[in-house]
Amino acid sequence: MSDTTLAHGAHAPHKDYEGAKTGMWIFLFTELLLFGGLFLVYSVYRTLYTHDFHLAAGHLNVPLGVTNTFVLLTSSLTMVLSVTALQKGDRQSALNTLGWTLFLAGLFLVIKFFEWSAKIEHGLYPGSPVLKSLPAGEGLFYGLYFVMTGLHGFHVIVGMILLSVIAFQVKSGRVHQGDFVKLENAGLYWHLVDLVWIFLLPLFYLTN
Amino acid sequence: MHDNTHAHGDGRTAEHAPQPYGLFIKVWAALMLLTCITVGASVNWPGAVGTAVAMAVTPVKASLVLLFFMHLKWEPPVFKIMFLTAVGLMAVFFGLSFFDYLYR
Repeated sequence: MSDTTLAHGAHAPHKDYEGAKTGMWIFLFTELLLFGGLFLVYSVYRTLYTHDFHLAAGHLNVPLGVTNTFVLLTSSLTMVLSVTALQKGDRQSALNTLGWTLFLAGLFLVIKFFEWSAKIEHGLYPGSPVLKSLPAGEGLFYGLYFVMTGLHGFHVIVGMILLSVIAFQVKSGRVHQGDFVKLENAGLYWHLVDLVWIFLLPLFYLTN
Repeated sequence: MHDNTHAHGDGRTAEHAPQPYGLFIKVWAALMLLTCITVGASVNWPGAVGTAVAMAVTPVKASLVLLFFMHLKWEPPVFKIMFLTAVGLMAVFFGLSFFDYLYR
Protein backbone atom coordinates (compact mmCIF):
# COMPACT_ATOMS: atom_id res chain seq x y z
CA MET A 1 0.00 0.00 0.00
CA SER A 2 2.66 2.43 1.06
CA ASP A 3 4.67 1.45 -2.01
CA THR A 4 1.90 2.45 -4.41
CA THR A 5 1.46 5.74 -2.58
CA LEU A 6 5.11 6.46 -3.03
CA ALA A 7 5.06 5.38 -6.66
CA HIS A 8 2.28 7.90 -7.29
CA GLY A 9 4.29 10.55 -5.55
CA ALA A 10 1.44 11.49 -3.24
CA HIS A 11 3.80 13.17 -0.81
CA ALA A 12 5.55 15.33 -3.37
CA PRO A 13 3.00 17.58 -5.09
CA HIS A 14 3.95 17.78 -8.72
CA LYS A 15 3.65 21.14 -10.41
CA ASP A 16 4.07 21.58 -14.13
CA TYR A 17 3.63 25.23 -15.01
CA GLU A 18 4.37 24.88 -18.71
CA GLY A 19 2.20 21.74 -18.95
CA ALA A 20 -0.75 23.51 -17.30
CA LYS A 21 -0.48 26.40 -19.73
CA THR A 22 -0.03 24.10 -22.73
CA GLY A 23 -3.21 22.26 -21.73
CA MET A 24 -5.12 25.53 -21.51
CA TRP A 25 -3.97 26.60 -24.97
CA ILE A 26 -5.00 23.24 -26.46
CA PHE A 27 -8.45 23.74 -24.89
CA LEU A 28 -8.56 27.23 -26.39
CA PHE A 29 -7.89 25.74 -29.85
CA THR A 30 -11.02 23.59 -29.50
CA GLU A 31 -12.90 26.80 -28.62
CA LEU A 32 -11.37 28.47 -31.66
CA LEU A 33 -12.66 25.67 -33.90
CA LEU A 34 -16.10 25.76 -32.20
CA PHE A 35 -16.51 29.46 -32.97
CA GLY A 36 -14.59 29.02 -36.23
CA GLY A 37 -17.27 26.65 -37.52
CA LEU A 38 -19.94 29.29 -36.81
CA PHE A 39 -17.83 32.00 -38.46
CA LEU A 40 -17.57 29.73 -41.50
CA VAL A 41 -21.35 29.28 -41.65
CA TYR A 42 -21.72 33.07 -41.32
CA SER A 43 -19.21 33.74 -44.14
CA VAL A 44 -20.83 31.29 -46.54
CA TYR A 45 -24.36 32.63 -45.94
CA ARG A 46 -23.17 36.22 -46.12
CA THR A 47 -21.65 35.43 -49.52
CA LEU A 48 -24.87 33.79 -50.69
CA TYR A 49 -27.25 36.42 -49.20
CA THR A 50 -25.12 39.57 -49.21
CA HIS A 51 -28.03 41.99 -49.67
CA ASP A 52 -30.25 40.41 -46.97
CA PHE A 53 -27.37 40.41 -44.49
CA HIS A 54 -26.74 44.13 -45.04
CA LEU A 55 -30.44 44.94 -44.58
CA ALA A 56 -30.74 42.83 -41.42
CA ALA A 57 -27.55 44.26 -39.89
CA GLY A 58 -29.03 47.75 -40.29
CA HIS A 59 -31.49 46.95 -37.48
CA LEU A 60 -28.81 46.14 -34.90
CA ASN A 61 -28.01 48.75 -32.27
CA VAL A 62 -24.49 49.95 -33.20
CA PRO A 63 -23.93 52.19 -30.10
CA LEU A 64 -24.75 49.25 -27.78
CA GLY A 65 -22.47 46.88 -29.72
CA VAL A 66 -19.61 49.40 -29.66
CA THR A 67 -20.14 50.16 -25.95
CA ASN A 68 -19.94 46.46 -25.21
CA THR A 69 -16.69 46.28 -27.19
CA PHE A 70 -15.19 49.03 -25.02
CA VAL A 71 -16.45 47.21 -21.90
CA LEU A 72 -14.88 43.88 -22.91
CA LEU A 73 -11.59 45.41 -24.07
CA THR A 74 -11.30 47.20 -20.71
CA SER A 75 -12.13 43.98 -18.84
CA SER A 76 -9.33 42.28 -20.78
CA LEU A 77 -6.97 45.03 -19.60
CA THR A 78 -7.97 44.64 -15.93
CA MET A 79 -7.58 40.86 -16.35
CA VAL A 80 -3.99 41.06 -17.63
CA LEU A 81 -3.20 43.66 -14.95
CA SER A 82 -4.49 41.21 -12.32
CA VAL A 83 -2.15 38.44 -13.55
CA THR A 84 0.75 40.91 -13.68
CA ALA A 85 0.00 42.17 -10.15
CA LEU A 86 -0.01 38.64 -8.72
CA GLN A 87 3.23 37.85 -10.58
CA LYS A 88 4.75 40.88 -8.88
CA GLY A 89 3.41 39.66 -5.52
CA ASP A 90 0.80 42.44 -5.11
CA ARG A 91 -2.17 40.31 -4.04
CA GLN A 92 -4.47 43.22 -3.15
CA SER A 93 -4.09 44.85 -6.59
CA ALA A 94 -4.61 41.44 -8.22
CA LEU A 95 -7.91 41.06 -6.33
CA ASN A 96 -9.03 44.63 -7.08
CA THR A 97 -8.43 44.33 -10.82
CA LEU A 98 -10.08 40.91 -10.80
CA GLY A 99 -13.10 42.57 -9.15
CA TRP A 100 -13.18 45.17 -11.93
CA THR A 101 -13.00 42.39 -14.54
CA LEU A 102 -16.03 40.70 -12.95
CA PHE A 103 -17.91 44.01 -12.75
CA LEU A 104 -17.26 44.77 -16.44
CA ALA A 105 -18.27 41.21 -17.40
CA GLY A 106 -21.56 41.76 -15.55
CA LEU A 107 -22.03 45.13 -17.25
CA PHE A 108 -21.51 43.46 -20.63
CA LEU A 109 -24.29 40.98 -19.85
CA VAL A 110 -26.67 43.73 -18.65
CA ILE A 111 -26.17 45.67 -21.90
CA LYS A 112 -26.62 42.42 -23.87
CA PHE A 113 -29.85 41.77 -21.93
CA PHE A 114 -31.35 45.13 -22.96
CA GLU A 115 -30.20 44.61 -26.54
CA TRP A 116 -31.74 41.15 -26.84
CA SER A 117 -34.93 42.29 -25.07
CA ALA A 118 -35.42 45.07 -27.62
CA LYS A 119 -34.94 42.60 -30.50
CA ILE A 120 -37.37 40.09 -28.98
CA GLU A 121 -39.93 42.87 -28.33
CA HIS A 122 -39.79 43.72 -32.04
CA GLY A 123 -40.57 40.08 -32.78
CA LEU A 124 -37.02 39.31 -33.87
CA TYR A 125 -36.17 35.96 -32.31
CA PRO A 126 -35.39 32.57 -33.86
CA GLY A 127 -38.51 31.04 -35.38
CA SER A 128 -40.67 34.15 -34.82
CA PRO A 129 -43.53 34.96 -37.26
CA VAL A 130 -41.85 38.30 -38.08
CA LEU A 131 -38.60 36.59 -39.07
CA LYS A 132 -40.44 33.99 -41.14
CA SER A 133 -42.09 36.79 -43.14
CA LEU A 134 -38.70 38.36 -43.95
CA PRO A 135 -36.42 37.23 -46.81
CA ALA A 136 -34.51 34.00 -46.07
CA GLY A 137 -31.15 35.76 -45.68
CA GLU A 138 -32.45 38.05 -42.92
CA GLY A 139 -33.76 35.03 -41.02
CA LEU A 140 -30.33 33.41 -41.33
CA PHE A 141 -28.63 36.60 -40.16
CA TYR A 142 -30.74 36.80 -37.00
CA GLY A 143 -30.42 33.05 -36.41
CA LEU A 144 -26.63 33.39 -36.49
CA TYR A 145 -26.78 36.60 -34.44
CA PHE A 146 -28.64 34.88 -31.60
CA VAL A 147 -26.61 31.64 -31.74
CA MET A 148 -23.20 33.35 -31.93
CA THR A 149 -23.79 36.18 -29.44
CA GLY A 150 -25.67 33.64 -27.27
CA LEU A 151 -22.77 31.19 -27.27
CA HIS A 152 -20.44 34.11 -26.60
CA GLY A 153 -22.67 35.31 -23.74
CA PHE A 154 -22.60 31.78 -22.31
CA HIS A 155 -18.81 31.97 -22.37
CA VAL A 156 -19.00 35.29 -20.48
CA ILE A 157 -21.08 33.60 -17.76
CA VAL A 158 -18.67 30.64 -17.56
CA GLY A 159 -15.75 33.08 -17.43
CA MET A 160 -17.39 34.97 -14.55
CA ILE A 161 -17.85 31.75 -12.57
CA LEU A 162 -14.25 30.73 -13.28
CA LEU A 163 -12.86 34.13 -12.29
CA SER A 164 -14.96 34.19 -9.08
CA VAL A 165 -13.60 30.78 -8.02
CA ILE A 166 -10.01 31.88 -8.75
CA ALA A 167 -10.60 35.16 -6.90
CA PHE A 168 -11.47 33.18 -3.76
CA GLN A 169 -8.35 31.07 -4.21
CA VAL A 170 -6.21 34.19 -4.58
CA LYS A 171 -7.85 35.63 -1.47
CA SER A 172 -7.25 32.45 0.54
CA GLY A 173 -3.66 32.22 -0.68
CA ARG A 174 -4.03 28.96 -2.61
CA VAL A 175 -3.15 30.85 -5.78
CA HIS A 176 -0.16 33.10 -5.12
CA GLN A 177 2.97 34.68 -6.58
CA GLY A 178 4.81 31.35 -6.65
CA ASP A 179 1.92 29.41 -8.20
CA PHE A 180 -0.30 31.64 -10.30
CA VAL A 181 -0.94 29.48 -13.36
CA LYS A 182 -4.64 29.06 -12.48
CA LEU A 183 -5.14 32.81 -12.59
CA GLU A 184 -3.12 33.05 -15.79
CA ASN A 185 -5.16 30.26 -17.44
CA ALA A 186 -8.45 31.84 -16.35
CA GLY A 187 -7.08 35.03 -17.89
CA LEU A 188 -6.35 33.22 -21.16
CA TYR A 189 -9.97 32.05 -21.20
CA TRP A 190 -11.18 35.58 -20.57
CA HIS A 191 -9.04 37.01 -23.37
CA LEU A 192 -10.46 34.40 -25.74
CA VAL A 193 -13.95 35.65 -24.88
CA ASP A 194 -12.71 39.16 -25.76
CA LEU A 195 -11.06 37.87 -28.94
CA VAL A 196 -14.31 36.30 -30.20
CA TRP A 197 -16.18 39.55 -29.56
CA ILE A 198 -13.55 41.52 -31.51
CA PHE A 199 -14.68 39.52 -34.57
CA LEU A 200 -18.40 39.57 -33.75
CA LEU A 201 -18.50 43.39 -33.70
CA PRO A 202 -17.64 44.02 -37.39
CA LEU A 203 -19.48 40.90 -38.59
CA PHE A 204 -22.84 41.75 -37.04
CA TYR A 205 -22.92 45.41 -36.07
CA LEU A 206 -20.78 47.04 -38.76
CA THR A 207 -22.06 45.12 -41.80
CA ASN A 208 -24.57 47.83 -42.64
CA MET B 1 8.80 42.31 -34.81
CA HIS B 2 9.58 40.77 -31.44
CA ASP B 3 13.34 40.49 -31.34
CA ASN B 4 14.21 43.97 -30.16
CA THR B 5 12.19 43.94 -26.93
CA HIS B 6 13.31 40.67 -25.42
CA ALA B 7 14.39 42.24 -22.16
CA HIS B 8 12.29 39.71 -20.24
CA GLY B 9 12.41 35.98 -20.95
CA ASP B 10 14.46 34.38 -23.65
CA GLY B 11 11.40 32.86 -25.34
CA ARG B 12 12.56 29.31 -24.58
CA THR B 13 10.69 28.78 -21.34
CA ALA B 14 7.03 29.41 -20.53
CA GLU B 15 8.02 31.15 -17.31
CA HIS B 16 8.80 34.79 -17.93
CA ALA B 17 9.19 37.88 -15.79
CA PRO B 18 6.09 40.10 -15.37
CA GLN B 19 5.77 42.96 -17.83
CA PRO B 20 5.35 46.60 -16.72
CA TYR B 21 1.70 47.68 -16.21
CA GLY B 22 2.21 50.61 -18.60
CA LEU B 23 2.77 48.30 -21.56
CA PHE B 24 -0.68 46.74 -21.17
CA ILE B 25 -2.32 50.14 -20.75
CA LYS B 26 -0.72 51.25 -24.05
CA VAL B 27 -1.97 48.09 -25.78
CA TRP B 28 -5.47 48.76 -24.38
CA ALA B 29 -5.34 52.36 -25.67
CA ALA B 30 -4.35 51.05 -29.11
CA LEU B 31 -7.27 48.58 -29.05
CA MET B 32 -9.74 51.33 -28.14
CA LEU B 33 -8.35 53.61 -30.88
CA LEU B 34 -8.50 50.82 -33.49
CA THR B 35 -12.12 50.14 -32.49
CA CYS B 36 -12.95 53.84 -33.00
CA ILE B 37 -11.26 53.74 -36.43
CA THR B 38 -13.26 50.66 -37.47
CA VAL B 39 -16.58 52.09 -36.26
CA GLY B 40 -15.81 55.53 -37.72
CA ALA B 41 -15.01 54.05 -41.14
CA SER B 42 -18.14 51.90 -41.09
CA VAL B 43 -20.41 54.84 -40.16
CA ASN B 44 -18.84 57.39 -42.53
CA TRP B 45 -18.17 55.13 -45.51
CA PRO B 46 -20.69 52.28 -45.26
CA GLY B 47 -20.15 49.56 -47.83
CA ALA B 48 -16.86 48.60 -49.46
CA VAL B 49 -14.56 51.08 -47.65
CA GLY B 50 -16.04 50.38 -44.21
CA THR B 51 -15.80 46.62 -44.76
CA ALA B 52 -12.23 46.90 -46.07
CA VAL B 53 -11.15 48.92 -43.01
CA ALA B 54 -12.82 46.39 -40.68
CA MET B 55 -11.13 43.49 -42.48
CA ALA B 56 -7.75 45.20 -42.17
CA VAL B 57 -8.05 46.44 -38.57
CA THR B 58 -9.79 43.47 -36.88
CA PRO B 59 -6.87 41.02 -37.34
CA VAL B 60 -4.53 43.70 -35.95
CA LYS B 61 -6.73 44.00 -32.83
CA ALA B 62 -6.82 40.21 -32.47
CA SER B 63 -3.02 40.05 -32.79
CA LEU B 64 -2.58 42.68 -30.06
CA VAL B 65 -4.75 40.66 -27.67
CA LEU B 66 -2.95 37.41 -28.53
CA LEU B 67 0.61 38.77 -28.41
CA PHE B 68 0.35 41.00 -25.34
CA PHE B 69 -2.72 40.19 -23.21
CA MET B 70 -2.35 36.44 -23.82
CA HIS B 71 1.46 36.67 -23.47
CA LEU B 72 2.07 34.82 -26.76
CA LYS B 73 4.90 37.26 -27.54
CA TRP B 74 6.91 35.91 -24.61
CA GLU B 75 6.01 32.23 -24.92
CA PRO B 76 8.41 29.57 -26.24
CA PRO B 77 8.19 28.81 -29.99
CA VAL B 78 6.10 25.67 -29.44
CA PHE B 79 3.12 27.81 -28.30
CA LYS B 80 3.38 29.97 -31.41
CA ILE B 81 3.66 26.93 -33.67
CA MET B 82 0.60 25.33 -32.02
CA PHE B 83 -1.39 28.53 -32.43
CA LEU B 84 -0.43 28.98 -36.08
CA THR B 85 -1.31 25.31 -36.73
CA ALA B 86 -4.81 25.79 -35.29
CA VAL B 87 -5.36 28.98 -37.28
CA GLY B 88 -3.89 27.36 -40.41
CA LEU B 89 -6.29 24.44 -40.01
CA MET B 90 -9.19 26.87 -39.85
CA ALA B 91 -7.92 28.66 -42.96
CA VAL B 92 -7.96 25.29 -44.77
CA PHE B 93 -11.60 24.73 -43.70
CA PHE B 94 -12.54 28.19 -44.96
CA GLY B 95 -10.58 27.78 -48.20
CA LEU B 96 -12.08 24.40 -49.07
CA SER B 97 -15.64 25.47 -48.15
CA PHE B 98 -15.47 28.60 -50.27
CA PHE B 99 -13.87 26.72 -53.15
CA ASP B 100 -16.89 24.43 -53.02
CA TYR B 101 -19.57 27.14 -52.65
CA LEU B 102 -18.18 29.55 -55.21
CA TYR B 103 -17.27 27.08 -57.97
CA ARG B 104 -19.89 24.34 -57.71
